Amino acid sequence: MSQGASRDMPSLLYSEAEDDLRAAVRSLLDDRGGWPSVLARTETDEPYDTGLWRALAADVGCAGLLIPEDQGGAGASYREAAVVAEEVGRAVAPVPYLGSAVVATAALLEAADTTLLENLAAGTATVALAVPFAAGPPAAWPSVDGALSGVRVVAPHRADPAGQARLTGTVASVADALPAGVLLVPADGVPAGLYAVDRAAPGLTVAPVVSLDMTRQLADLRLDDVPARCVVSGEAAVRAVQAALLAGAAMLAAEQLGSAQRCLDMTVSYLKERHQFARQVGSFQALKHRLADVWVAITQARAAARYAAACLASGDPDTPVAVALAKASCSEAALLAAQECVQLHGGIGFTWEHPAHLFLKRAKSSSIGFGTPDWHRAALGELAGLKAAGGPR
Amino acid sequence: MLEDTGPEDTGPGDTRLTAPATVGDLRERVREFLAAHDPASMPPLEFLRARFDAGLAWVHYPPGLGGLGLPRAMQSAVDAGFAVAGAPANNPERIGIGLGMAAPTILAFGSDEQKRRWLRPLWTGEEVWCQLFSEPGAGSDLAGLATRAVHIPDSHDSDSTGLDSTGLDSAGPDGAGPDSAGQWEVTGQKVWTSMAHQARWGLLLARTDPDVPKHQGLTYFACDMTVAGVEVRPLRQITGEAEFNEVFLSGAVVPDSDRIGAVGEGWRVAQGTLMNERVSIGGGALPREGGMIGSAARTWREHPELHTPGLHDRLLRLWADAEVARLSGERLRQQLAAGQPGPEGSAAKLVFARLNQEISAFEVELAGADGLRYEYWGLRRPETVSFYGRDAGYRYLRARGNSIEGGTSEILRNIIAERVLGLPSEPRVDTRVPWKDLPR
Repeated sequence: MSQGASRDMPSLLYSEAEDDLRAAVRSLLDDRGGWPSVLARTETDEPYDTGLWRALAADVGCAGLLIPEDQGGAGASYREAAVVAEEVGRAVAPVPYLGSAVVATAALLEAADTTLLENLAAGTATVALAVPFAAGPPAAWPSVDGALSGVRVVAPHRADPAGQARLTGTVASVADALPAGVLLVPADGVPAGLYAVDRAAPGLTVAPVVSLDMTRQLADLRLDDVPARCVVSGEAAVRAVQAALLAGAAMLAAEQLGSAQRCLDMTVSYLKERHQFARQVGSFQALKHRLADVWVAITQARAAARYAAACLASGDPDTPVAVALAKASCSEAALLAAQECVQLHGGIGFTWEHPAHLFLKRAKSSSIGFGTPDWHRAALGELAGLKAAGGPR
Repeated sequence: MLEDTGPEDTGPGDTRLTAPATVGDLRERVREFLAAHDPASMPPLEFLRARFDAGLAWVHYPPGLGGLGLPRAMQSAVDAGFAVAGAPANNPERIGIGLGMAAPTILAFGSDEQKRRWLRPLWTGEEVWCQLFSEPGAGSDLAGLATRAVHIPDSHDSDSTGLDSTGLDSAGPDGAGPDSAGQWEVTGQKVWTSMAHQARWGLLLARTDPDVPKHQGLTYFACDMTVAGVEVRPLRQITGEAEFNEVFLSGAVVPDSDRIGAVGEGWRVAQGTLMNERVSIGGGALPREGGMIGSAARTWREHPELHTPGLHDRLLRLWADAEVARLSGERLRQQLAAGQPGPEGSAAKLVFARLNQEISAFEVELAGADGLRYEYWGLRRPETVSFYGRDAGYRYLRARGNSIEGGTSEILRNIIAERVLGLPSEPRVDTRVPWKDLPR
């Protein structure tokens, strides 16, 4: 419990370089049509915007932020990655930044898989970790009741080349799998490990799911005797999945921070424009106080999100505490901001044509992604030595 | 009459008060001072006075006024040097209002003479300050206050306003300057005054002109708490003790030389004081579990027999919220140190109040049968304010005040909505009418 208490506090501010990166990402996301194009896309066959993702990944270089320079990346850290995540959240952008540039990249960095990392950095590969979006760190894998992976390593075919494995099983509700060219699949069996599966491999089905959040459409995976390459096995594979889930939770928290701030900004401007009872409705104290509470929640969440990014960036031993704090507080801030955005817009906020519902659905879905606030508080109970004695009385 | 607050001329050839360039130089300056002033053998007050005169009291203050004109961030190196040497302290808890509110106000708005007269005994702890702002009829609406200060010109001065005319008495030894004249007779009632029973001086906001709108008719003074017509009575609060006082002013005389800022400028000066109050409430770096959550977590660990699932859920929420609030405080301090002061201080005060209330309520419930007992209801006069002291029941009751004192949580939400988010104010009926015509 004393971790993080006696050491020097890392900077929780944004650096100038981070501000510049934010401006570049925001300008790209604004130029690509903003929320009206996101809304229009949700009801098409291509809910992910692959053109926008290519521009963000390769042109701005966001795909390789976390990858070292000698492997073609930008050699930046989770601090910069978090700033990009904030902007992605602010734009409810339908791009696999979180799944590919953060979660799969974190796993591959831990597993030191140079080939895939170089392709990721170049923007030529999009990769997804095949775990349920709801799975929170620490990873319940290998095999705690198949909670994380319902996939098993099965016997290879006689004609299979050496080193090729075969996988069979299912994984439900995977985020960012739809646009991925390679899937990283944690599989139980011999050896339990992390396997790379090509999207075009025979026997692999990636079925789109009608998702609460259509700006991040999930997919159900079915693997039927699918050829796969073992990336890493044993303890190293567990560490890779663990690192991926921790990074995913922290950067999803940053996304939520960005979307919370956007909801607040939208609501404040609307309350200045909208007149009822011959007054700007923003002059009513009952509404002002609610927005003040949203602002307070965001200032708190921002400190937690920055601390988590800083801890991840430096490999701080306090990282699990920092990530749990960030995911719990940013989830709740984003939900509060989105719910207040709908309510304070009144009737228009309840319509399909207004963007408030995009933020509400993303906030609710993201609050479950990589562990609910409750999940993360339970983790804090373990980490801080505040467990409950015995069962319920 | 805003005075220049820049560094003062300390005279040619006085190198002792030129600013050290680096933290290393500053540490060396502290070592030299300690070599010349033995903290073990010098009387504490003499030591503190010498430290002030050496510019090592608050290094961000100007030379000659206890400082060296250095960045505020360099103060910690000085404090650490004195702490290691076991030097006497000025008991900052006892003089918190002086350090946190009076000193910045005097520095920003006082005359040179006032700064020289007040800052040194304020810092050494010889003179305690209190704040005479709130009244029974003016809490959140501070600018509506009714305490009257009536100007009494000097006997030979026939000009009843007399403040900007020539030919006034030259200032006496304690005079504010050439524009000060006569005295003020103050009548009214102030309330919620901590430390008034120990204070030598009170920061007084009073109405000097009832015929103009309320914000324009106020003037700021330092009131000598020892003069006739100042009566201090304990004000007992829900904890049973009397941390605060009521102050009755019945024709108390304040010389015009103790006026801070121009006549009618009191509201602007008070705004500066209140801004410093919120900064000081939000301040203070704490370790993890350093605030009220610490005792709740300790009780939880030591008493597994008290655990229930519902209390466990509440504890984890409170622990997470308290730790995030602590990180937010760290971020606020980093912003201030980087010269990017933000409005986050208002958020810190709101969260601090809510958390103290929820955590202490949790503690009383966690204590179960013991939560039914209370330590002592008798009237006490505590030396210093404590939010965390004594038992859970005391903390629960004391924390109710956290969302009222120093700006209610409702007023803070208005401030955030209007000054941070830029939302319009409620329609006002009280800002353009003369104060005397307002309904009350």
